[in-house]
Amino acid sequence: MSDTQTFLDTLQARSQGYQAEPTWIAARRQAGAARFEALGFPTRRDEEWKYTDVRSIARGNFALADDAEFSPASAAALTLPINAYRLTFVDGVFSAALSDVDSLPSSVQVLPLSKALEENHEAVGGPLGRLTGVEFSPFAALNTAFMEEGAVVRIAPGTVVEKPILLQFLSRAGQPVMCHPRVLVEAGSRSEATLIEHYTGESEATNFTNVVGELMLDRGAILAHYKLQEAPLGDMHVASIHVEQGRDTRYTSYNLSLGGSLVRNDLISDLNGQGAETNFLGLFFGQGRQHVDNHTKVNHNAPLTFSNENYKGILDDRAHGVFNGKVYVKRDSQKIEGYQSNQNLLLSDRAHIDAKPELEIYADDVKCSHGTTTGQLDENAIYVLRTRGIDEATARGLLTLAFAGEVLDKVSLDAIAERVELAVAGKLPERFNLAGLVETAVALND
Amino acid sequence: MLQVNDLHVTVEGNEILKGLTLTINAGEVHAIMGPNGAGKSTLSAVIAGKDGYEVTQGTVTFEGKDVLEMEIEERAQAGLLLGFQYPVEIPGVKNIYLLKAALNAQRVARGEGEMPAPEFMKLVKEKLGYMKMDASFLQRAVNEGFSGGEKKRNEILQMLVLQPKLAMLDEIDSGLDIDAMKVVADGVNSLRAQDRAILLVTHYQRLLDYIVPDKVHVLVDGRIVKSGDAELAKQLEANGYEGIEESVA
Repeated sequence: MSDTQTFLDTLQARSQGYQAEPTWIAARRQAGAARFEALGFPTRRDEEWKYTDVRSIARGNFALADDAEFSPASAAALTLPINAYRLTFVDGVFSAALSDVDSLPSSVQVLPLSKALEENHEAVGGPLGRLTGVEFSPFAALNTAFMEEGAVVRIAPGTVVEKPILLQFLSRAGQPVMCHPRVLVEAGSRSEATLIEHYTGESEATNFTNVVGELMLDRGAILAHYKLQEAPLGDMHVASIHVEQGRDTRYTSYNLSLGGSLVRNDLISDLNGQGAETNFLGLFFGQGRQHVDNHTKVNHNAPLTFSNENYKGILDDRAHGVFNGKVYVKRDSQKIEGYQSNQNLLLSDRAHIDAKPELEIYADDVKCSHGTTTGQLDENAIYVLRTRGIDEATARGLLTLAFAGEVLDKVSLDAIAERVELAVAGKLPERFNLAGLVETAVALND
Repeated sequence: MLQVNDLHVTVEGNEILKGLTLTINAGEVHAIMGPNGAGKSTLSAVIAGKDGYEVTQGTVTFEGKDVLEMEIEERAQAGLLLGFQYPVEIPGVKNIYLLKAALNAQRVARGEGEMPAPEFMKLVKEKLGYMKMDASFLQRAVNEGFSGGEKKRNEILQMLVLQPKLAMLDEIDSGLDIDAMKVVADGVNSLRAQDRAILLVTHYQRLLDYIVPDKVHVLVDGRIVKSGDAELAKQLEANGYEGIEESVA
């Protein structure tokens, strides 16, 4: 039996539960299944998957979870200590008990996909799948075939959402399961919000998460989008995120990847209106035998659009990283600026990175640059720090964080910066990044 | 305080120090002078624990402890601090953080608690003023984009904050104009104390006009060939190292 067939059989077994669905969902589900069946899982012969072997997913036998039971104490230990509107999914299943969106203003909707469909499925039908269709990849097709749950976020025009919106995805230990969540965001014109996707779970978990994100920014909308992926080290994680930006919008992605055994992120931004700006900040950290693949693409489809990308990779042990960043400038999209930088730090001789920056430009009045570098920690700098009394582990941690600094300095949510610091550099004598230093700077100016 | 006894050191198979003996007591300022290639920088590098220096014979003890058996950071924690001839740039690590992490590492190693932030800031501000450095230095990455003079001042700033028992300063005067030299010398002089010692390694006498040493040693070809007081440095200035070498020979 082929790998593809195992998944189709699981879908078949699940399909009784889909009988009562509106016809448009059934049609998309079928289209997803058909597309997945036709394509099968990608192999390394596919250019887009040249450096990433997904056989550990393809050969898996994943069940689908039916409940969202999770001990509240364990959930509390895993959750980000942030005052936020919160939706929680356990192995893809919505947990009302671990969610809290009670205090949302009426101009903001944050609700599980199942509830959004129940309330008004036609309102969901239009945007869902518009940006990431089944043709995008076998994983997007698979997600569509299994689409059951996820988050729908709607922000009314002109609304400034004061608290971050936190979507929390918990992975449980036990029999391997898979989930195919959707994240659908419609940010109204001139709205402002911070969205956090947080992937975490029980350390022994060995599940497969295959998320599809679609984010639509209407004219003048501003969205900060954190994706903090600290899934258990046995988890596999594939994310396909597509952003559509109208005129004068500003989108900032903080793609922070720490967990998972096999991770693939696709992040695409379409700059469709003049004045649209996109910022891709990424930090990926791999250790052991982790494999972390980031594919990004910025499509400058309109003149006077701006993009800035900065991805930093830190790889230890036998970890393997991939960075593939593409900047595309559509014909006659003049006066655009597109900058891309990727720097990687290898902490061990056996760590490995495949980096491929690409520019594709069909206009003449543009400012674009790209570059990638890979290096090791500066042993001389470690020596100098040690001569000041700082132990070697701390010195290495400091320099590793210093490398990540350009990206981490921009993370304004302390709870997230702290998680990343701890993962990347271990326990340091005090907060390296920001907080302490900001206080210091303030004290100095007194 | 520091005893160096019959120290032999090779670098990449070449013997650089050939039986160096030196005793520094608390409260003293020593200057080691010598021509290029005599091994001046090798001595301080070996004491600080830099890689690539092989001690083939001899001992180095600091307050009775075997320095050569200590980890690099343990030497600093014990109070041995080296000011570099060529301070290294450390991109991304802010000066303030280096100072704080280093000071607290040393305090914790000595069984003292970390210094509370307000006290630390007061200390740093005072020392900055002493070195005529702007507070903005603290927020800049260590030595990154600093001029030669700024780097040297920064080395002394670290000394003033960390208050070592033995400060070793390797060619701290190189590349300084006269005004910067005075600031650096003032900083070093402020470290002078009954319970502290300073070891200056220098090629030129002019630094010693500003930091007057108690003892001057002439290092030639891996050995101390002559020791004396500050007058010896003046003789060297007048007659050069060749005169000394001849008189020894």
